[in-house]
Amino acid sequence: MTYLAKSPWIIHYDASSCNGCDIEILACLTPMYDVERFGIINTGNPKHADIFVVTGSINEANREVIQNIYNQMPDPKVVVAVGICACSGGVFRECYNIAGGIDKLIPVDVYVPGCAARPESIIDGIVTALGILEEKRKNGISSPMVTDHDHKAHHKHAEGGAQ
Amino acid sequence: MQLAQLLLFLILFPLITAVFMFFAKKDMERAWIVKLSALVIGIVSVYLLISTYDKGALLVSAIPSEPVTLIMFIIEMLIAVFILYLGIVHKKYIVVALILVQSVMMLYFELVYAHSVEVSSNLFIDEFSNIMALIIGIIGSLICVYSLGYMKFFHEHHPEMPDKRTTFFFVMFVFIAAMFGLVFSNNILWVYFFWEVTTLCSFLLIGYTKTEEATNNAFNALWMNLLGGVAFAGAIIYLAMFGNGVMGLDTLLASGKVIALIPAALIGFAGLTKAAQLPFSSWLVGAMVAPTPVSALLHSSTMVKAGVYILVRLAPIFQATFTGYVLAMIGALTFLIASGIAVSQSNAKRVLAYSTIANLGLVVACAGIGTYEAIWAAILLIVFHAISKSLLFLSVGTVEHRIKSREIDDMNGLIVRMPKIAAMMVIGIAGMFLAPFGMLISKWAAIKAFIDVPYGFVFVIILAFGSAITLFFWAKWMGKIITVTSDSKNIEGEVDHSEWTALTSLAGLSLITTLVFPLLSTKLLEPFLMANYGHVAQLSQDNIIIMILMLLLLVIMPLSILIPQRKHKHVSPYMGGRTTTTDMRFSGSLGVQKKTVLSNYYLHEYFGEAKLRPAGIWLCSALICIMFAATALRGVIL
Amino acid sequence: MINIVWGIVFVLVAPLVGGLIAGIDRKITARMQGRVGPSILQPFYDVGKLFEKEQTVVNETQTFYAICYIIFMIFTGALFFASGDLLLVIFALTLAQIFLVLGAFAANSPYSYVGAERELLQIMAYEPMVILTAVGMYVATKSFNVSDIAATTTPVILLLPGIFLGFIYVLTIKLRKSPFDISTSHHAHQEIVKGVTTEYSGPSLGLIEITHWYETVFLLGFVYLFFGFNPLIGVAAVIVIYLLEILVDNTNARVKWQFMVKSSWLIAAVVSVVNLAALYFLFGGVS
Repeated sequence: MTYLAKSPWIIHYDASSCNGCDIEILACLTPMYDVERFGIINTGNPKHADIFVVTGSINEANREVIQNIYNQMPDPKVVVAVGICACSGGVFRECYNIAGGIDKLIPVDVYVPGCAARPESIIDGIVTALGILEEKRKNGISSPMVTDHDHKAHHKHAEGGAQ
Repeated sequence: MQLAQLLLFLILFPLITAVFMFFAKKDMERAWIVKLSALVIGIVSVYLLISTYDKGALLVSAIPSEPVTLIMFIIEMLIAVFILYLGIVHKKYIVVALILVQSVMMLYFELVYAHSVEVSSNLFIDEFSNIMALIIGIIGSLICVYSLGYMKFFHEHHPEMPDKRTTFFFVMFVFIAAMFGLVFSNNILWVYFFWEVTTLCSFLLIGYTKTEEATNNAFNALWMNLLGGVAFAGAIIYLAMFGNGVMGLDTLLASGKVIALIPAALIGFAGLTKAAQLPFSSWLVGAMVAPTPVSALLHSSTMVKAGVYILVRLAPIFQATFTGYVLAMIGALTFLIASGIAVSQSNAKRVLAYSTIANLGLVVACAGIGTYEAIWAAILLIVFHAISKSLLFLSVGTVEHRIKSREIDDMNGLIVRMPKIAAMMVIGIAGMFLAPFGMLISKWAAIKAFIDVPYGFVFVIILAFGSAITLFFWAKWMGKIITVTSDSKNIEGEVDHSEWTALTSLAGLSLITTLVFPLLSTKLLEPFLMANYGHVAQLSQDNIIIMILMLLLLVIMPLSILIPQRKHKHVSPYMGGRTTTTDMRFSGSLGVQKKTVLSNYYLHEYFGEAKLRPAGIWLCSALICIMFAATALRGVIL
Repeated sequence: MINIVWGIVFVLVAPLVGGLIAGIDRKITARMQGRVGPSILQPFYDVGKLFEKEQTVVNETQTFYAICYIIFMIFTGALFFASGDLLLVIFALTLAQIFLVLGAFAANSPYSYVGAERELLQIMAYEPMVILTAVGMYVATKSFNVSDIAATTTPVILLLPGIFLGFIYVLTIKLRKSPFDISTSHHAHQEIVKGVTTEYSGPSLGLIEITHWYETVFLLGFVYLFFGFNPLIGVAAVIVIYLLEILVDNTNARVKWQFMVKSSWLIAAVVSVVNLAALYFLFGGVS
């Protein structure tokens, strides 16, 4: 029995979401659903977080940010993609600026579909993630750093992009 | 007989060194003379301590008053002519006026009263003078050694400045001689003479670079110190007229407050100007244009200490008098206000200058209160401040040469660029405000001293606030130094070995003195306090053990860095998800790359010099007037 | 006299007590907000989890500062409960906090940097009051020794009402409660991210959490000193004061640093002058 499952701290990032799923995530923190009773705290700091909750899809602007946040999280960590846009791109999948769901960039552990995903589903997803977190901890799995070399090779960047 | 020779040696030997400066043709020769001389002075100072520390106060009658006093008078007049000439040439009429007044006063004294004053012992040594001698002999010598490397670099990189190093070292050693003379003199006329010599040395050294700013600041320092000199001369004449032939420190202290209070107040005023207390603080801040060794030697560890030295000497007279209280209030307010101004300064030397003024203010406050506890605190403050501040000034000088800047914000990441120097700076800064280092012990002693006097709570409150403010500006500077930037390279290798010697010695001294201060207290301070006050002050055994424990912890912990550790995974700092380069540049909006600049809080609107200094000047000027008025009335009424 | 036993008791028991207090704090806060809230053992789960995480660093000096922070905080608390000199205890506390600040500076990160500067402002805001509290205790009981003050029969609180009020005011700052939690906040999880602890993770962050527990127990001990003449009242007072702090925390918005510093200083100056002057005149000064 590890402590990870009893004290999961999340970092929530809105990739290209319309904010619908984000509001539902926020609702989880309210007295109605009160996820703090599970020890869940929404930290804004990847270094303090265990669970990376992402809404929305990948586009050019947030590629590096998602990688950066993911890389800064210490092991063991899990990623929860909330909302259909984060899972697969949703209705925006064919758009020119959308690369697709989060799993195009970083390994996703739990998919919570919905548009917008309901608080109950989100909580259910997080609880599932806790189980995966415990497994990772038990098996000592460490996640590799995510970089973006392939993408850069194929696409031109806007000028002045940081390395 | 032995003692007289020792004291004379310490006073005259630096003079000989100074003269020898003119015979050194090459840098190498000069370096040898300085290093040898420094070594000798240091060793003899320690020898003096060892041979006299347990003997109490020893008066030396072997040196005759005449013709020495006459020679001193002649030299004073020559100096006056020199200053008069310079004052006229540079159109500094305040200086002209003051030197004229002062010279006329001393001439009057010499002609009318000189024959009627009789001092049996012109020199003396006691525990306090011994401590001062150690400071002058060890720290002063180290600073002179440091100057070799510093001045060499300075002139290599400023070829447009006239290379007057010979004169520089000449004046430095004359100054050391004068300081020794000051702390060994019992004859007040002799104290006055050495006092004026230090004023002259300070003037010459501040104006060393001969730029317009330096010259102006030098004259500024000169007139303020001359004002003190006029007061000092006034004290001498008063003593001559009303003092029943008293002209020695020992006889002055023994003659009771009725006679002694007015001259003590006048000499105290001179001490205030020399210690750059408000309202006379601007000269010390302006003196920072001088080369850093000058700032370290004169304007933090030694000359300004002469001002507080004389105040501490006269403290028994000030004790439990209204004059003493007002004096203490001037010191306390200076401590508070100068600390406040230091918060808003971004130039490292200005921070050090204001911090010096503040700490001297604290010593003045202790001297004004004048109880045995307060004097214990005062002497400890003097010792620890001298060591830490000189260490800091010398470090800043070395750092400034390498990074080409005196700004604190430019010292970001110093621990990476100059690790050993940064470590020593950290020791210096810690020595200024952290437990268990010396300054903290002294402040602690001061708090205890203040509470136990009537109305002392006012001083404690001022001390508490000032102390909190000092913490702020020291800690933020320390933070800048220990920031680990990942892209800087180590530029420490170019530092001259003479600078290393001085710096490491001072850092070591800092740690050792904190460790052995109980010894210092029992062997030197307690006998001194017992002789002058009939009481001793000390820290309890338990507290001493605890502080030593803390010190050991602090020293051992950094050594843990040497233990090879498992390397942790490195990640970049959090920048809201933005990727950063190693030098903290990140991609901002519209894809433009931006630089991260982290600057300290200076809080100009609240702690700015423009706001606080005028307030301080007005308050303290008023207090000085009150002090003199009260003293005069007391003298008149009694 | 130094009482080593109590010091050791503090070192061993304080984290447990402090963690429980933190847990009860969160529970009460949740109830005030109409929620159920976490278990009162939650802080222990949090720290346990932190120790299970990987230690990542921005640079290797961070962990050193975190370790120094906890060691000197333990030292401070142990010295206090082992009945050392109150002033020395306060100075040791300052030393401990400087390490937290240095750790934040060392990371070269904007958020921790701002957090460090704000932390220094906080220290500057409360330091005068804390020193003056110790001075007040000396004036009231003629001793700086903690056990003397704790064992005194003089009702210190009646002699030092003003200083007590001032101390409670700055206690809000020290406990990092709103409205003065500007450098690192338990509630505002995203005020300048996490301020001083932004760049810490895993075990070193766990150490900092535990240090906060030690500090809480120490501070509550300090509050107890005002009521040392009657232990029951003392414990009750400590509980009431802490509940009051939680209430203040939940009903106030965070203020700017200017207000924090100015109000703390004004209160410190006024209550100290009035209280100490009153004591001086009423009891003919201290000798």
